[in-house]
Amino acid sequence: MLTCKDFLSELSDYLDETIDAELRAKLERHITECPNCWVIADTTRKTIQIYKGMEPYPIPPDVESRLMQALEKKMAAKHK
Amino acid sequence: MAVSSLAGIDESALVVQSREGDTTAFGELVRRYEGKIFRLGQHVTQNREDAEDVLQETFMKAYEHLDQFKGDSKFYTWIVRIAVNQALMKLRRRKTDRSVSLDETIDTGEDMVVREIAAWGEDPEQQLSREELGGILDTAIDSLEPLYRSVFVLRDIDELSTEETAEALGLSVPAVKSRLLRARLQLREKLTRFFKRKGDDAFAYM
Repeated sequence: MLTCKDFLSELSDYLDETIDAELRAKLERHITECPNCWVIADTTRKTIQIYKGMEPYPIPPDVESRLMQALEKKMAAKHK
Repeated sequence: MAVSSLAGIDESALVVQSREGDTTAFGELVRRYEGKIFRLGQHVTQNREDAEDVLQETFMKAYEHLDQFKGDSKFYTWIVRIAVNQALMKLRRRKTDRSVSLDETIDTGEDMVVREIAAWGEDPEQQLSREELGGILDTAIDSLEPLYRSVFVLRDIDELSTEETAEALGLSVPAVKSRLLRARLQLREKLTRFFKRKGDDAFAYM
């Protein structure tokens, strides 16, 4: 029998769908019988979904212009 | 480095052109990844000034050592590795009392304990403005240990594979996996505070 602890240790691979069918079936059986683990799996999946593909904020213009200046200087030096 | 029409060009072609001295091509590589590198720098150093230094140093070093990039990994994985090293150096400099390293953690397993279990509503994030949500998500990440933060950002936000994350951070695949699991569980816990269905009380577990 799979314990909650076993379930947790496989959770990432379960959510990433990188486990074999046999283990997957065991994990799925566990969550139909264990409401706590079902909630953990569901809320962890939602956590990952919320973060996934979160676009970075645009770089502040002053930071961008300092980066570009530094790089241009560097490139000019390299190709003299 | 003018903004160019290179947007659709294949990354490996841009690398080749940059290596041959085409600064516009390198400018395009910078444009593609600067936002991600800046964010990564901010998450690892948690300091705006340091993140800005990390951003600059990463692309300066990348340009300088472009001939060392063999092309057997993605360009992004390669520069992430430079960025993480720069960021960790900043962290170490700030926290001189204790060294920070990606490979040092004592794994007690204690941080895998789940404390709060409460179901979330459907699409709980829809109820918040973009700014509010962004603030909550960033604060939650920033409360993680540095090495959990970098694994989570690379794996779940930038969507690198486990292998690429391992390569970028100089970690083994099992180390990436165990840190990712802990990071995900800790974030789940933190977000539950905001997203749990109203009326559901938390109860102790395990």
